[in-house]
Amino acid sequence: MAIRRSSAGEKVFDVFNYIFMFILCLTTIYPFLYLFSNSLASSEVAQTQITIIPKSITFENYKRVLTNPLISSGYYNTILRTAIGTFLGLVTTFALAYPLSKKYFPNRNFWTGIIVFTMFFGGGMIPTYILVRNLNLMNTIWALILPELVSAYNFIIVRNYMMSLPESIEESARIDGANDIIILIRIVLPVCKPILATVALWIAVWHWNSWFDSMIYSQKAEKQVVQLIMRRIVLEGSQQVMNMSTMDESGLRVVTPESLKAATVMVTTIPILLVYPFIQKYFVKGVMLGSLKG
Amino acid sequence: MNVPSSKTGKNLSMKSNAFVRTLYQYWKYKYLVLLFLPGIIYFIIFKYLPIYGLVLAFKDYRFLDGIMGSPWVGFKHFHEMFSLQSFWEVFRNTVIISFYHLVFGFPAPIIFALLLNEIRNVYYKKIVQTISYLPHFVSWVILGGLFMQFLSPSIGPINILIKSLGGTPIYFLADPKWFRSVLVITEIWKSLGWGSIVYLAAISGIDPSLYESASIDGAGRWHKAIHITLPSMMPVITIMLILNVGKLVNDNFDQIFNLYNPAVYKVADVIGTYTYRMGLENMRYSFSTAVGLFRNVISFTLLIIANQVSKKINDYGIW
Repeated sequence: MAIRRSSAGEKVFDVFNYIFMFILCLTTIYPFLYLFSNSLASSEVAQTQITIIPKSITFENYKRVLTNPLISSGYYNTILRTAIGTFLGLVTTFALAYPLSKKYFPNRNFWTGIIVFTMFFGGGMIPTYILVRNLNLMNTIWALILPELVSAYNFIIVRNYMMSLPESIEESARIDGANDIIILIRIVLPVCKPILATVALWIAVWHWNSWFDSMIYSQKAEKQVVQLIMRRIVLEGSQQVMNMSTMDESGLRVVTPESLKAATVMVTTIPILLVYPFIQKYFVKGVMLGSLKG
Repeated sequence: MNVPSSKTGKNLSMKSNAFVRTLYQYWKYKYLVLLFLPGIIYFIIFKYLPIYGLVLAFKDYRFLDGIMGSPWVGFKHFHEMFSLQSFWEVFRNTVIISFYHLVFGFPAPIIFALLLNEIRNVYYKKIVQTISYLPHFVSWVILGGLFMQFLSPSIGPINILIKSLGGTPIYFLADPKWFRSVLVITEIWKSLGWGSIVYLAAISGIDPSLYESASIDGAGRWHKAIHITLPSMMPVITIMLILNVGKLVNDNFDQIFNLYNPAVYKVADVIGTYTYRMGLENMRYSFSTAVGLFRNVISFTLLIIANQVSKKINDYGIW
């Protein structure tokens, strides 16, 4: 680096590059800030503002959204499916990846191929829907958990990680007299912690963001996840789900429908905005692991 | 653990065929098999039964008879599908939209990664990266609600700006002329930062001595980026390209479903949304399965072709 000083052209490029990145970041954040400011706007200012600082702030919108019983039941369903789905998905992925990471497991390549094939070919929407209906899972939490319990991609990531571990750790424990169960819990599980944490976060975010399965498998509104309730309020404008008035007791319009919708979107977005800066590095690590193998 | 003596193992293998030997292997590793079973049963029930369910495409599905009992009708649904004007419209939309995504969306994260690599200030780089990942974590259903307001002709800031400059507001989400551009731009907006991770990983794996020797030879940053960084990214770029070609007939269902409306069906209705409306709204299960199967077969074939081509040219593929 010390050999050559940067040329004038490179300096100009640097300036433009820094400015370009700044604009890019602004473009990314601005829609969220705009929506946030709109969700705080009272009825007089909501219609015309571009700026992200509202001229007058009201929490009336949030009050109305948060007291909607379908928002709370939606949140309950989302949290429930995320908790159960992540736990069961992680356990099953781990249990499946461990045997198939062993070279001596019979027909290992065949079974791995069976799983990997589902990444590239599947039955699709209608056959899966009919299966879920035939198993009587409609309107239950299991319809949201079972069809995507284990993903072939997560399986490969975990299996590759296990295969990269030196065989000698397990062997020395075996010589010391540990049986398979003890080896699995005391040795394999602790070394796999980083990859399992990453995969758990992937599954959790996937569950948190899912809505389509709830739309086709949960017909009762109180069984639907919060993302779907939000969709029905904001995109479909469903009055029955919205169930929120824009007026106060005396019949005066205090909030606009647009601000109410903005607040509804924000209520489902804020948890992600708060959590993502802390979990993104684990996600990045996982993508790196996947790309190393490719 | 009851490991049988090597003598019985030998006798077994000598007397019987390979099948019994394999069975013996399963018995020998029965604890591993026990761990393995729930997962593989899951895959058979929830992934392979639906693949078997694809036979619906060649049957007339009757609820009471189930998949097995419904009568065979051969290629009836495929004949109907290929003779339908609406199907070809949907097929064309799918290919056109995917093609736009490929042409404009594929290079974007590569360029972003190259530019980001030139940012020397570590903190600035970290902040830009973290912010650029944000939309990846937000689902399309939320972004659908967000863009509906953001692009709205009455309250959206873009249109407020257009109006204040004296223009007429644009119905971005309801104007067939604009809708596909909205799809491409919002997709790039969502996946730019996230998509760049694999490329940044490839860049960080480049041997620093390559750059040092290039500096000694008097190469500037531009030359280093073009002659060292970009070629070193080629394997990753190829793999990502293969995967993207395989997706050419796989529409971005989540995105389109949450942004489209009847006003833009003509330009935005794609195989995924069509399958959904035909199958689950109009209850035409068999016909929809046929449409889905047609798409799956094309997508799978494209992936295999792309992989073979890559193997021929570059000596590496995804398998």
